[in-house]
Amino acid sequence: MLKKTVTPCKIAFSTPAADKLLINVAGDWVIGNDFPPIGDVQKNLEQHSSLRQISFNTEELLAWDSGFLTFLIKVRDICTQYEIEMNKEGLPEGVQRLLTLSSAVPERKGARRETVREPVLARIGVKALDFVRASGEMLGFIGEAFLVFVRLLSGKARFRRSDIALIIQECGPQALPIVTLISFLVGLILAYMGAVQLQMFGAQVYVASLVGLGMARVMGALMTGIIMAGRTGASFAAQLGTMQVNEEIDAYRTLGISPMEFLVLPRMLALILMVPLLTLYADLVGILAGLFVGVTMLDIGFMEYYHQTVVSLTLTQFAVGLIQATVFGVLIAIAGCMRGMQCGRSASAVGEATTSAVVTSIVFIVVAAGVLTIVFNQLGI
Amino acid sequence: MTATIEEEQERDAHITARDLTMAYGDFVIQRDLNFSVRRGDIFIIMGGSGCGKSTLLRHLIGLKAPARGEVFFNEVNFWKSETEEQERMKRNFGVLFQSGALFSSLTIAENVALPLGEYTDLSPAQILEVVSYKLSLVGLAGFEEFYPSEISGGMQKRAGLARAMAMDPEILFFDEPSAGLDPVSARLLDDLILELRDSLGATVVVVTHELASIFAIGNNSVFLDPETKTMIAGGDPKRLLAESRDPKVQNFLTRGEKGESDIKENNE
Repeated sequence: MLKKTVTPCKIAFSTPAADKLLINVAGDWVIGNDFPPIGDVQKNLEQHSSLRQISFNTEELLAWDSGFLTFLIKVRDICTQYEIEMNKEGLPEGVQRLLTLSSAVPERKGARRETVREPVLARIGVKALDFVRASGEMLGFIGEAFLVFVRLLSGKARFRRSDIALIIQECGPQALPIVTLISFLVGLILAYMGAVQLQMFGAQVYVASLVGLGMARVMGALMTGIIMAGRTGASFAAQLGTMQVNEEIDAYRTLGISPMEFLVLPRMLALILMVPLLTLYADLVGILAGLFVGVTMLDIGFMEYYHQTVVSLTLTQFAVGLIQATVFGVLIAIAGCMRGMQCGRSASAVGEATTSAVVTSIVFIVVAAGVLTIVFNQLGI
Repeated sequence: MTATIEEEQERDAHITARDLTMAYGDFVIQRDLNFSVRRGDIFIIMGGSGCGKSTLLRHLIGLKAPARGEVFFNEVNFWKSETEEQERMKRNFGVLFQSGALFSSLTIAENVALPLGEYTDLSPAQILEVVSYKLSLVGLAGFEEFYPSEISGGMQKRAGLARAMAMDPEILFFDEPSAGLDPVSARLLDDLILELRDSLGATVVVVTHELASIFAIGNNSVFLDPETKTMIAGGDPKRLLAESRDPKVQNFLTRGEKGESDIKENNE
């Protein structure tokens, strides 16, 4: 790249009269060049206490841009501070006009934001109040969602059936590749981790039980839940948030169509239906991964592995997984739709809504998984 | 004399706001708004940027409840009515949002058809006829199967207007109809608004700060001031220009040529 040569900025001071200071500027006063420190001007002003006016000589000024103007504005501020008149006549005409323009509208008092550091206690208080408000809003949304489901059961909910099909397509079949990949790897990891321990006792065959139980009871549902939170929960929040931004949600309201019924209900239905189905699929893929490891690495026969899996797995195990999956589906749908509907009216608000939807869903999922595991354990299932 | 005119206005009023105060939480946007819109008026909500024009519109179309005060439609108090009554009243509104606010997952035809499908017993074929007719009114015949993202901003706005008119509403609300349109399209939209008022006999409420539109179509108005947080003038915009002594109103209606600076000179 051709580098433009710049002449260095020079500044010199002279006093043609006792009450006058003349500032000679020379060189290229452009952004990127090194400007002399503003302190030089201030020092010169302080040295001449009888000063009434400063003026400029710009005969040797080669080029100028906003850099020169910011320098002059600083000079002007110092002049105001010392109550000295600044004579602009020696400056190029364009500079004079821009300087006048920049002082045409006085700075509005109070417009500049001052960053006040609030005391820690106040900030904790504000956060606590925010949390209470957010919890209230969440309960409100869950209540509304519940009412919509009641209306659905009584056949009064209005939404387009074709929307459900479209959303099912989006959050079901289209998620198969990622669900396949993740659950295969999880099955593989379970098998290997189990094998290391079980081989010591020559009990490799129990790898089949371990993988089967692990996938069916917890891992299938958990992994599917987390994938769906990141994939579909985020997408719901972004879709609804964008609709909020371009006033589509308002438009539904003014048409007397409830966005909860028309937009949220089909999304919730689709997700609550799809998460358990995807979980079943994930269970199967995970068990197949275990089989693959067992047969190829652990010298377990195909039939042996199959038999051990069938013996250790009962329908109850799958039911436990499916109950968890359904709960996760409800939670992801609530989190995604809620954050979307609560979205503000800007692009960054959509981003926040999406992030918040994923974080909320994952927190919900992990907490629910913990609670359900304890409950099932206590019930002896 | 004035009293009788006001009485007459009151009697003929289609929309009336009484002591309307709007606020977000504790933050007051505008307070104590009193105005009435007569049947067949083209009513302009005007004022500088950020004075609460769009917020006032959201209060009138039932999206946001006022902090205090009342809104009447045909002398029925909107915010004191039952939800079902409110829904019924809202069916008489047609709203064109600033960005058009078309439903992005539906085609143009489905957008216009949605309220018809919800609230009428028309057969799908009849709905299609109405949709085509409404689209032809706004110059979008043939665009039925397009999605909102596939047409230009101006066309989205016109499609939004077709949807707003779908149910032959008694009141049409426009939020900044000419924003983002070129001058010719803006002019055409103004003509369309006048035409609709005359042919449908609808009452029109327009939020705008386009002076050309204000004088071309408005015959009644309210002027909101962000500093005092209330209305400082109202009535026919042309008469306001000729008669109003308020410097802010003059300043606004003359693009800053008259008004505040003149008043300053007078004071000096």
